[in-house]
Amino acid sequence: MRALGQIATLVRKDLLVEWRGRARLFSVLLFGAVTLLLFSFAVGPDSLALRAAAAGFLVLALLLSSTMGLSESFRVEQEQRALEGLLLLPVEPVALFYGKALANTVFLLLLAPILIPVALVLYAVELEAARILGLLGLWALAAAGLSAPGTLYAAMTSRLQSQDVLLPLLLFPLVVPVLMASVKSADLILTGDPMAQMRSWLVLLIGFDVIYWSLCGVLFPYAVQEAQ
Amino acid sequence: MTKRLTWDGALGIAGVLLFLVGSYIGLFVAPAERHMGDVQRIMYVHLPSAWISMLCFTAAFGFAVASLWTSKPRWDRAMTGAIEVGVVLNALLLIQGMIWARPTWGVWWDWDVRLTTSLVMMLLFAGVLAFRAFIEDPERRAAWSAVAAIISFVDVPLVYFCVRWWRSIHQIQSTPSTVDPAMVLPLRINSFAVLFIAIWMIVQRARLEAESASGERVPEPSRLAPSEGAEHA
Repeated sequence: MRALGQIATLVRKDLLVEWRGRARLFSVLLFGAVTLLLFSFAVGPDSLALRAAAAGFLVLALLLSSTMGLSESFRVEQEQRALEGLLLLPVEPVALFYGKALANTVFLLLLAPILIPVALVLYAVELEAARILGLLGLWALAAAGLSAPGTLYAAMTSRLQSQDVLLPLLLFPLVVPVLMASVKSADLILTGDPMAQMRSWLVLLIGFDVIYWSLCGVLFPYAVQEAQ
Repeated sequence: MTKRLTWDGALGIAGVLLFLVGSYIGLFVAPAERHMGDVQRIMYVHLPSAWISMLCFTAAFGFAVASLWTSKPRWDRAMTGAIEVGVVLNALLLIQGMIWARPTWGVWWDWDVRLTTSLVMMLLFAGVLAFRAFIEDPERRAAWSAVAAIISFVDVPLVYFCVRWWRSIHQIQSTPSTVDPAMVLPLRINSFAVLFIAIWMIVQRARLEAESASGERVPEPSRLAPSEGAEHA
């Protein structure tokens, strides 16, 4: 119970810092929208081709935005050595991990209300409300899958030179299953699922989330231990 | 002074000799495959590379767990060696595969499950090596690269299942019972050859890491003593 309280406090702290700054969320949102625009230039003004690639582009926009958000979330902690301060508090490092990872997931969730409509408009996809809800649920699962390993890696790379190169270098190959499963499921939501394949992709995505949310929690204390 | 042969050196020499014998049998003695012809002979290096690179990554995972558990530097060194040898074998595997795929499938690359998984696996572990190179403090380097190696290794089966649901045209794995005995022999010999060479290289790499960590090489008396001829030459 105490750990849950600590996690909640940490999430609140992160979201408060985020809210007071606001510039980070705004710039990452803008970045995501710009990537969505650029992807459409790669295909050309062919609405059929754009619609076919819409799911992939949307998930890639989330992935690219997530690295910006993740590395930024620990850069804040590095400034004025706030992370060391946090570790000096009577807080379990595991609670610290789950607090950070949850805050990062919420941060990525906040991108959805802007990026999903932008993608639907730009790529000329028409969707009814129920499917948009499905897309939001999928977005949450994908955001969770990116946040767990992303938070662990960002905790380490933010303390190194060349962090901006290292985080995507480590994270992108690792999240290949998240990428594949969410692109496939998003595609099934956008274009219909006559073969009922959705279930197996969702199981895979949830499996990834469960495995990495547990494993990264176990490994996080090793990633921050010498700062203790 | 003669240098004494270490066990891993002996293993390395045995590996090279076995590799020569296995490749000779594979290239000249074993029959050509009926449909693919001589192209199939690349199997005698391709399969051993695949098996042993996977073995190297599995060993690296074990060493990484041991390194986090005990914090002993020797596990970290063994892990580095295993990842490096694994990445090199994995790169060789992909190149051999492409050389084989071009005449057989008509393309250099295909999004097949094992191809894609090995590519992602190589990128994962090459990333761990790149990450490692940026960490200066040795204890931090050991802990962080072990963490990265563990989460990378756990990812491999997930990637495999993902790509499998995508699509697949790779051959179904052969077993000794489906392969001509004349082909099994060079395959077995080369597998052990690559295994021995890999162990030898991992041990060498770990030793090199230990030496660069201590910052001092054990001086060899014969080298330090000024030789008679050299000074007046």
